Amino acid sequence: MKINKKVALSETGFVFDAGTGDSYSINPIGVEIIEYVKQNLTKEEIKKKLADKYDVSAPELEKSLDDYFSALKTFNILDNE
Amino acid sequence: MVKRNLTVATTGLNNIDNPGPGIPFIRGVLDSQEFNTKIIGLAYENLEPGIYMHDLVNKTYHIPYPTAGSDVLLKRIEYINNIEKIDVLVPNFDAELYTFMKASADLEDIGIKTFLPTVEQYEERHKSNLPDFGDKYGVKVPKSKTIFSENEIESTMKDFRYPVFIKGKFYDATIAYNPEQARANVRKISAKWGFPIIIQENIAGTEVNVVALGDGEGTTVGAVAMRKLYITDKGKAWAGITLADENLIELTDKIISQTKWRGGMELELIKTPENEYYLIEINPRLPAWVYLSVGAGQNLPEALVKLALGENVKPFDKYEVGKLFIRYSYDLITDINEFEKLSLYAEL
Repeated sequence: MKINKKVALSETGFVFDAGTGDSYSINPIGVEIIEYVKQNLTKEEIKKKLADKYDVSAPELEKSLDDYFSALKTFNILDNE
Repeated sequence: MVKRNLTVATTGLNNIDNPGPGIPFIRGVLDSQEFNTKIIGLAYENLEPGIYMHDLVNKTYHIPYPTAGSDVLLKRIEYINNIEKIDVLVPNFDAELYTFMKASADLEDIGIKTFLPTVEQYEERHKSNLPDFGDKYGVKVPKSKTIFSENEIESTMKDFRYPVFIKGKFYDATIAYNPEQARANVRKISAKWGFPIIIQENIAGTEVNVVALGDGEGTTVGAVAMRKLYITDKGKAWAGITLADENLIELTDKIISQTKWRGGMELELIKTPENEYYLIEINPRLPAWVYLSVGAGQNLPEALVKLALGENVKPFDKYEVGKLFIRYSYDLITDINEFEKLSLYAEL
């Protein structure tokens, strides 16, 4: 997984796609996940980090993460590979 | 640096909800660190707001509509030039460009420089000639057909699927979702601008725009890509943002190098979800959002003036991405005396 090169993410969760001019607001957990992606963590590693840190069931985490990655791909924040 | 004195005359002072490029062009020229510029406004109507913006426009003169012909226009410009000694004249309306292009040699004879597209460049990029333009230069364009009367609508529409765009030769574009709307829109636009009218295929995607300047020899002096963020009911940008889109700039370079475009231009394109670009329009002058290019680091109005003066301009190679422009309306208060002077003496 790779973040689109043209996407800039600020600490506040504001995302700007310089290629399209689109901008988005992402909540703190969303920002945290993107930071993990930037560190080249795999989906499994990200899942483990989040499971250790937050009180969430495994199925809920799995579904939420899939939904989130799917949204990031839809909006071209994450490169489609 | 000591600034050089310069007198620049320009049109397009109609800074209204469908603004002309005059005021943003002037702001760019006045931002120049090289020129100390006196701005002469050339206006068609008494209520063009720029006429009354005395901090931007030093003096304004009425000029005749293009329909009056080159001779009448030239006489008026000669009169103005005798008083103002104009160095550079920059027309900003599509509909007047032809007249100014035709008069450019005569203007040069009286010491006024212009930097305009050639008649051939101007003609071949017309909306009605876009399919040929696309073929000639290898640029994707939407299918379009030109009609010259209302009777042609039905037969022409057999080749299209709704929705379609209905466009006037110079101005106005509306979308029609069915035959009734197509007929109504053709009537509406032809009543205002006459025929021909262009029927154009609707390409699904995002509209992106480029403001660019060609040196007339195939070099792109500058180019800035923008996406409209807020569009008025007239389809005009009320806000926009500069984009990092190398493909778009490459396409602009290709068009300018092949056509050897001379002067300012605006490319209107649709970027499809498959990242293909369809050229929907080329406007043969700087657009009303040109001041965004200045804000993003490319003072194209100043560069245009320098090209007109015959000076070498080093092409810009970058601009700031993520620069926004947001238009606003502003109530300018003036006195009836000003309006009176302009009405009676055709100058202010």
